[in-house]
Amino acid sequence: MNGVHEDEGVAPKAASAVVARGLRRDFGSVPAVRGLSLEVARGELLGLVGPDGAGKTTTMRMLAGLVRPTAGTVEVLGVDPFGHDGGRVREVLGLVPQENSLYGDLSVGENLTFFGELFGLSRAVFAERRARLFEITRLGPFVDRRASALSGGMYKKLALACALLHQPRVLLLDEPTNGVDPVSRRELWQLLYELVSRGMSIVLSTPSMDEAVRCHRVALVHEGRILLQGAPQALLSGFDCPVWELRGGVRDAVFARLEGAPGVLASSPAGARVRVVVEPDAQAAAAAHLSGLGVELVPARPDFEDLFLAALARAQRADPVEGSR
Amino acid sequence: MTEHALLVRSLGKRFGSFQAVDDVSFEVERGEIFGYLGANGAGKSTTIRMLCGLLRPSSGRAEVAGHDIAVSPDRVKASIGYMSQKFSLYLDLTVEQNLEFFGGLHGLGGKALGTRIDALLEAVDLRGQRAAVTGALPGGLRQRLALASSLVHEPRIVFLDEPTAGVDPASRRTFWALIRGLAQRGTTVFVTTHYMDEAEYCARIGLMVAGRLVALDTPAALKRDLVPGRIMAVEGPGLGAATAALRAEPGVVAVEPFGAGLHVRVEASVEGAAIVARVLASAGIEPSRLEEVEPTLEDVFLAAADAGAEAKIRAAQQAETLA
Repeated sequence: MNGVHEDEGVAPKAASAVVARGLRRDFGSVPAVRGLSLEVARGELLGLVGPDGAGKTTTMRMLAGLVRPTAGTVEVLGVDPFGHDGGRVREVLGLVPQENSLYGDLSVGENLTFFGELFGLSRAVFAERRARLFEITRLGPFVDRRASALSGGMYKKLALACALLHQPRVLLLDEPTNGVDPVSRRELWQLLYELVSRGMSIVLSTPSMDEAVRCHRVALVHEGRILLQGAPQALLSGFDCPVWELRGGVRDAVFARLEGAPGVLASSPAGARVRVVVEPDAQAAAAAHLSGLGVELVPARPDFEDLFLAALARAQRADPVEGSR
Repeated sequence: MTEHALLVRSLGKRFGSFQAVDDVSFEVERGEIFGYLGANGAGKSTTIRMLCGLLRPSSGRAEVAGHDIAVSPDRVKASIGYMSQKFSLYLDLTVEQNLEFFGGLHGLGGKALGTRIDALLEAVDLRGQRAAVTGALPGGLRQRLALASSLVHEPRIVFLDEPTAGVDPASRRTFWALIRGLAQRGTTVFVTTHYMDEAEYCARIGLMVAGRLVALDTPAALKRDLVPGRIMAVEGPGLGAATAALRAEPGVVAVEPFGAGLHVRVEASVEGAAIVARVLASAGIEPSRLEEVEPTLEDVFLAAADAGAEAKIRAAQQAETLA
């Protein structure tokens, strides 16, 4: 992927690769995105993190120019995808959607050829890029396999290869690691790090907290809004809630009695541990209640999931009707 | 009748020249949650299909709920439940009609089936959705219905093949609470997943690499035994410039990007933090964060997969040398 980016006609003056301001999108009377703003710098990997239905996919589609915002603006490398020269955004942007985007009855090689022709690549340029993409995705040995017969991880890699054929400067990936095993997931991440180190800007959505911490910066999305935004470690060091691990007691019985406990923002049965996130100004009440359950409280280092659960719980308290799903 | 819910001995399956499952042995106790992990193509689904009596083994044997899978596959099928990532529900039927259909397949009917359906809807918290059309349910609820339909005949063992693929974290959590309850009441759970945080819920984990069971233990023991060395998390400006120097340092096993920083894996015997700090200092970099982080099951999985891949390469090289 060398130097083809310089003079593609898109203004290079914009400091940010992607700028979205006040994005809103209603589907009928249902607001999917309710006032969302974000910026992605060049060479930055931004993670949109949130549960299903948070509005991540709709946001991605608006950034790609596929879904017109009800309100708000989008600029990709200084160009409005919905403006009169919006077509130029397509030339610099790659999108890997969440759902199947390839032709299942075409082979790996045929899918690449199809997308190469769609992007109008010359035969020589296509051959060179295909070779390079085979090298980095290690899909070469499977060139004749039908896309529908690929494993989840290989399918995602092929979708990514197709989206990289025209050498986009901005890449949007909607839940790229869903259903992908850890080995393929690591390969995918290595590839993404390589791409951003060459200056590509990436927006990636994920419901997974351990992927969130791999991004340069994350935006926690909930109910169509961004609750928190920042570098994962910076967000963590600014996190003001104590987190305790509960030791002893019968785990499921303890869980059952955590709901509605005073000062407890969130409890997390993730992994072998039971953790609670506590409102800073209600520590004493929470400690008294939890000690009554016959468990020992051991202070724990907050992790990203604690942070997210606390942000979610606070948002739901502030907006109980919207947050009650 | 044995005490084990599952007893697997030297089980193998060959497709032409491809050994999909190779000499696999393990036992699963009654009421245990057993996690069966591996990359795509490692042989997980082939194992499950054999244990469900759907595929004849090429070698070895297995007993499921005391029934030999080769001798009495029908008895095996009657004692197990199966749920896959592609939920096999009828989307144009209601929740209740789906359960009636699956109950009918297992020869249940009348009052007994009605009572069973009530109990199942209660157990998976879908009473309010009894008359809802299945296709209109969100993914998390559909997944709970799929679980209920695999339990309608009260199987002693339930096989869950990536039951949470594509389901959001909150729904996955609810689902696992159901699984734990099921196991506590004595049902044996055999589950595959790509989510390593879920694997933490399993009492024991078997790790499959290229058809072979390369490790079998509790999550804690696997982390202790399988992750070589220790992991140092480093963050700060300009780290990229020091990557090569870190890789060249004796005692450093691997350097990988992680978020805005690096994960540096060092040998267990060396002072990891001191080594990393020294290399960074000589490159003029002051890290904003440098600390040891605990390995996760994801690290275990990757370490096992790497070791398996290495063994495979070594074997191939050996074969080449001999040829």
